[in-house]
Amino acid sequence: MIRLIASRLAQIAVTAAILSFCAFMLIALMPGDPIDLAIAGDPRLTSEDAARLRELHGLDQPMMARYLAWASAVLEGRFGHSRLFAQPVASLLGPALVSSLELLGLALVLAIVTGVGLGALAALRPRAAPFVQGLALVAQAVPSFWLGILLIILFAVQLGWLPAGGEGGWRFLILPVVTLSVAHLAAYARHAAAALSAAMEEPHIRTARAKGASERAIVLRHALPNAGVPLLTIAALDAGSLVSGALITETIFARPGMGKLIFDAVMGNDFNLALLALLVVAVVTMMATLMADLAQRWLDPRLA
Amino acid sequence: MRLGLALLAMLVLTALAAPLASAWLGHDPFLPDLFMRFEPPSATHPLGTDELGRDMLLRLLHGARVSLAVGVAAALAATFIGTAIGLLAAWRGGAIDALLMRFADGLLALPALPLLVILAALDPGVVGLPRGEAASDMIRIAVLLAAFGWVGVARLVRATALSVLARDFVRAARAMGVPETRVLLRHVMPQLAAPTAIATALAVGGAVLAESVLSFLGLGIAPPSPSWGNMLANAQELVFQAPLAALWPGLAILLTVLGCNLVADGVARRR
Repeated sequence: MIRLIASRLAQIAVTAAILSFCAFMLIALMPGDPIDLAIAGDPRLTSEDAARLRELHGLDQPMMARYLAWASAVLEGRFGHSRLFAQPVASLLGPALVSSLELLGLALVLAIVTGVGLGALAALRPRAAPFVQGLALVAQAVPSFWLGILLIILFAVQLGWLPAGGEGGWRFLILPVVTLSVAHLAAYARHAAAALSAAMEEPHIRTARAKGASERAIVLRHALPNAGVPLLTIAALDAGSLVSGALITETIFARPGMGKLIFDAVMGNDFNLALLALLVVAVVTMMATLMADLAQRWLDPRLA
Repeated sequence: MRLGLALLAMLVLTALAAPLASAWLGHDPFLPDLFMRFEPPSATHPLGTDELGRDMLLRLLHGARVSLAVGVAAALAATFIGTAIGLLAAWRGGAIDALLMRFADGLLALPALPLLVILAALDPGVVGLPRGEAASDMIRIAVLLAAFGWVGVARLVRATALSVLARDFVRAARAMGVPETRVLLRHVMPQLAAPTAIATALAVGGAVLAESVLSFLGLGIAPPSPSWGNMLANAQELVFQAPLAALWPGLAILLTVLGCNLVADGVARRR
């Protein structure tokens, strides 16, 4: 178990290193550097000033040296400055990560609860199965940014019940959480239905019936826990696309999370911020996948 | 399966018929007409007009050409790369297999969209792609999507190819001295048709969705050439003036992805 965790952590570190190297090189290869942008922002800068600034920030160095300097600074915890927000990058990442995790956590819970509920409905009431299947097919195909816009039009513009965007109390969370969870509940519904139907055929369910357990107790106590393991697999596989969905959702609903931070940074040519935010998001996603894998092994020791 | 194929056929036909519909309705979908902004649906403008007075239906049809072309091109490229890599991994095994699959796992574990957003904003000239122009926008997005889309295909192809390579008819062919390339092309490849078809169908849907997201965020197909994604980006700014404008492009994306998923499900069920 410890060896597994160690090797997976090493894999995450290698992936992050390769990702940061490739992204850094691609960004560095682009014509123009931060000093060019500074010149565009302040025409009084002379070419001597520009050369001095380039030397000061190490931009006259070869790319490999620049990458190594940047990487060692990041490893030491010096994340540098965001040009776009005029703040230290570290102070931007913290609140954004909290905001994103809030959205992702709630959306994941909602997706699992409704997904498993629908799956259970399909597995236990065969007449409802085609309805659930159709719903899952449509939910899987709905573009989440379109759903977000439709929800804004209906609930924020026409009815005026909920805010269209921004961050505040729980009322600001309802529409983004619903938008994000719809695309993901389909997978849970389909697999919960399959896993529950399989679990209901097991001998221990017949035993529970024979001893006179109520149907509710059978489903909740005996069948659902067994169906939980495949759902964790889905959760692990789904982590990346959930984070991708958060970027869209945050952009539509103007929530200051990691996704919107990356988008704004890209749009504002602040590539140091974009790169660091991307790395944080990637590492957090891979850690979440690892957690789901470990939970799966803990629930079903046969897998280990 | 039938419903899915019918949906996709309908979408492709309407996309092909876009110039025809243009001629028939007698409007230019690219020409602004500021006296006709936000017209409600009528006989001359079946879905009304947008903020520049352009016909919504015609823009939707022309957008279908762009969105479907990018989606299909990206999916075909992804299938080609994925099949080659999956087959190579299953055939060679050992270190190459391990290396390729670790790479695929790493790519799959990353959140794709944040990465795509950064890559889409980079200068395409750096990696040798043409700059500017709508056509090169399409190529750029298709290349980016293919670079991420091959992973799913490769995993599916590798898993199937591993089981096929272990079957008796492959061993018999090898025992008879059939060269390895012929074993792969004539004996293994046909067995991969179904998984490849499933992966391609899913990849088309995924690519159409991803293209529309990037265009929606302003990093994909740039206006004035219409794509379903950038039409929705316009519509989001106009939720007060023209709430209906947001309905149609999203519905088109929904139907495309739904059609692809239905076809993939149908092929999977037939095996």
